[in-house]
Amino acid sequence: MTTAPAGFGRVLDLVTRVRGVRGAMLVAGDDGLVVAEQLMEGIKGPAVAALAASLASRLRRALEAAGVGAGQFWHLQAEQGALLVVTAASGVLVVAVAEPDVNVGLVRLELLRAAEAVG
Amino acid sequence: MADDVKALSAELAQDPDSLVFLRLAELLRHKGQLDAAHRVALTGLERHPHLADAHDLYARILADKHDFERAFDEWDMALRIAPDHVGALKGLAFLYFKVGDVQQAAAHLAAAQRVAPDDPGIAQALALAHGGEAGQSAAAPAPAPEPMAAAPAAQPLEEARVFAGLEGAEEGLLLLDPSGRVLGGALKNPAGRDVTDAVAAYLAGVSQEAGRTAKLLGLGSWTGLAAEGQHGHAHLTPPTGSALLLVVRERAVPMGRLAIMAQRAAVAARRWLEAQA
Repeated sequence: MTTAPAGFGRVLDLVTRVRGVRGAMLVAGDDGLVVAEQLMEGIKGPAVAALAASLASRLRRALEAAGVGAGQFWHLQAEQGALLVVTAASGVLVVAVAEPDVNVGLVRLELLRAAEAVG
Repeated sequence: MADDVKALSAELAQDPDSLVFLRLAELLRHKGQLDAAHRVALTGLERHPHLADAHDLYARILADKHDFERAFDEWDMALRIAPDHVGALKGLAFLYFKVGDVQQAAAHLAAAQRVAPDDPGIAQALALAHGGEAGQSAAAPAPAPEPMAAAPAAQPLEEARVFAGLEGAEEGLLLLDPSGRVLGGALKNPAGRDVTDAVAAYLAGVSQEAGRTAKLLGLGSWTGLAAEGQHGHAHLTPPTGSALLLVVRERAVPMGRLAIMAQRAAVAARRWLEAQA
């Protein structure tokens, strides 16, 4: 697993300690660059970060247009896993990559805590 | 009849825990007093939450009131409690007919027939269903559903409307093609303004992007995207490879329930898309 700088490492630890989480990242929401990551081998952090930021941006605009308000949490479900994202107040995305049977509610809570810590 | 209502009401007042609420609510329903029937059934259900007949009755009242989403939930609950409940099987068959899922309707009718082989209504509906399956499936008219002796009268499927009969079809359900063109449904914001086109434009390409992200992570095909906003929840689903279905509801609707609603809408959308092909 790749490691993050100490401060961010503690934030990402909140997320990666949840059973079924394969990795976590902090991503700059505006340009999709990786701020910090703790990922299992084989996950292409920079590419995932870029796509997650792009998807987050589209979703945010669509949700705002729909009157749902700014997106706080979103969850991409797939056959063999999931991508879960919370937007911090600063616009940084806290991202988790998880197994399909992960406890989504628990990951969401830890992502929200991590987002609060990131500010 | 009014005397019957009075007598049953008095009986229920004397013994609120008795099952007489089933007869009273049914009678009120037959008289078309749906609000009163709804109240009686709901109160009875609160006292007898594990009684399949109570869920079945409540579902029929909800269906009469065109609240098909909740009727589905109630019939589904009745079947969880009593998997052979004929009324619930017929009720679900009726709802599947309504959304054009003839296969599921026929499967539920077949299950009902196994339990009640002498019910002529079921046999008749099943024959119609098989005719629909062999013929034009989604375009087939719903069979006269007193197959569903107790279920409300079925209406012909509205082929032109993708989400006909589904809750929020004109304000919270949207079907898009990959380029963001609206295929069906509509979306209104909380102020009641139509935001269909704006939302569709922002969602153009989301299906491909979600697919790319899932593929890059080695997660296989994407199956859904749930989003939680400050004022509401949204759920995106690909009913077919490239189309995109959006369901939006207020925050009071839990994400899990929204996912179920999205699944049902996806069935309707898939049928509709197949019929258009």
